[in-house]
Amino acid sequence: MSALSCDTLPESRARQRADVDKGFPENLAETAPPRPAWAAESPLLQAEHVTHLFGPEQGCQDVSFTLYPGEVLGLVGESGSGKSTLLAALSGRLPPEAGHVRYRDGKDWLDVHALGEARRRTLLRTEWGFVEQNPRDGLRMSVSAGANIGERLMAQGARHYGKLRQAALDWLCRVEIDPDRIDDAPGRFSGGMQQRLQIARNLVSCPRLVFMDEPTGGLDVSVQARILDLLRNLVRELGLAVVLVTHDLAVARLLADRLMVMRRSRIVEAGLTDQILDDPQHPYTQLLVSSILKV
Amino acid sequence: MDAILKVSGIGKRFVLHRAQGTVLTVLEGIGFALFPGECLVLSGHSGAGKSTLMRILYGNYLASHGSIRIRHGGEWLEMVGAEPRQILALRRHTIGYVSQFLRAIPRVTALDVVMEPALLRGYARKTAQWKAETLLARLNIPERLWHLAPGTFSGGEQQRINIARGFIAPWPVLLVDEPTASLDETNRRVVLDLIAEAKAAGSAIIGIFHDRAAREAVASRFLDLENACAHIEGDAFHAA
Repeated sequence: MSALSCDTLPESRARQRADVDKGFPENLAETAPPRPAWAAESPLLQAEHVTHLFGPEQGCQDVSFTLYPGEVLGLVGESGSGKSTLLAALSGRLPPEAGHVRYRDGKDWLDVHALGEARRRTLLRTEWGFVEQNPRDGLRMSVSAGANIGERLMAQGARHYGKLRQAALDWLCRVEIDPDRIDDAPGRFSGGMQQRLQIARNLVSCPRLVFMDEPTGGLDVSVQARILDLLRNLVRELGLAVVLVTHDLAVARLLADRLMVMRRSRIVEAGLTDQILDDPQHPYTQLLVSSILKV
Repeated sequence: MDAILKVSGIGKRFVLHRAQGTVLTVLEGIGFALFPGECLVLSGHSGAGKSTLMRILYGNYLASHGSIRIRHGGEWLEMVGAEPRQILALRRHTIGYVSQFLRAIPRVTALDVVMEPALLRGYARKTAQWKAETLLARLNIPERLWHLAPGTFSGGEQQRINIARGFIAPWPVLLVDEPTASLDETNRRVVLDLIAEAKAAGSAIIGIFHDRAAREAVASRFLDLENACAHIEGDAFHAA
């Protein structure tokens, strides 16, 4: 790390959990704590009976859930179970045949699929992020690493070249890419570096909600650990809400607060991550969990 | 003094769909109240359901029926049927758990593993680090190991990392599953001191100890699970 020290990075936002955690005394003897505020806290995203089918049991049907700020929701299940279709519908890419996806913007609830194209694109570029399994799908391969990171900031109106470059340098540092590579095209990066660049490109605008489709899917195991560690820390530091699609239950255990298990287009079981993995109730989840080789 | 935890009619049945729907009834009709400053020791032979009860109290296993009410931020929260985010909030503030085995994550150092609960609680990084270092030193983990990932540590070292993690923040309810199992006499002493200090500070502790001397040293009272319908050993799902 030559050009820039990691110590100069700006302080990151604290995890947005203030409401949930307010008023818990440090000293056990202290009393009169207030009402637990998770009751009052507002959700960020709501799916209501979201359905999109390409054929019988292909796609997703009747999916409903609520996601809160700072929460990481894992979608697990075999390939073909409809995880990616659901992700596309949730992230505004695929209009569902039935049901609604609502996103809270301040005090207003937006129906994601009823928004105009321009508004939805703005949302996707500012408050939302999307990390693709294949970084080449999420990066602009023809421009430099620095330009990839700066793009979202420019879409938000940033024009000052020095500041854009500084933000790019900071983020390269945060995702453990040598800042000296800022002018290189992503095509010259390894797969793991490309994935880290894609993460930086998405998180630079401090989104509130990030969709991830198998973010470590195409990578070597040794590279995976680094990406997972990075994601785990960034998600906490930035207080991101995440919808994470993965078929890898170890990845789910590491990153997700709670899980939804998909099978043949339906959610068959949902709950706290470790509870689903350690005490699965549905026959399919039991099959899924018992099929993993324990290392 | 008011109870911190009220358990009534808790039962646990495992339905093993992969084994022709075999039903294993592990616990039935468990009930007790737990008060601040006491240590309730679960007794019963291996496989009596002690760890299963612990896991239910931590929200890791689902109770098949019954009620677990816990005082959380001044209100009673029913854990059976609670939302995941409510359980997670409980785990940040109200219930600590020292599991039998450390789940090591690649690249995460011993110090970070220990600091995590304190950071989630909202401690400043410096405070969390100071507390973590103090505990690691007290548990005789050599300083050269603090900045390494504990995946390659010995069983006893991993267990001490896990214990430091469990004791870094004060908990209204603390669950400890065999915390002294693979420790030498010196470190066993440290762990028993940590438990005594937590009791004195007002934590209510539920513990499993196979070691009789440890059990007698910390127990305020016992809950016998001997006749609580135990038919299987340990981790029921994976064992089946």
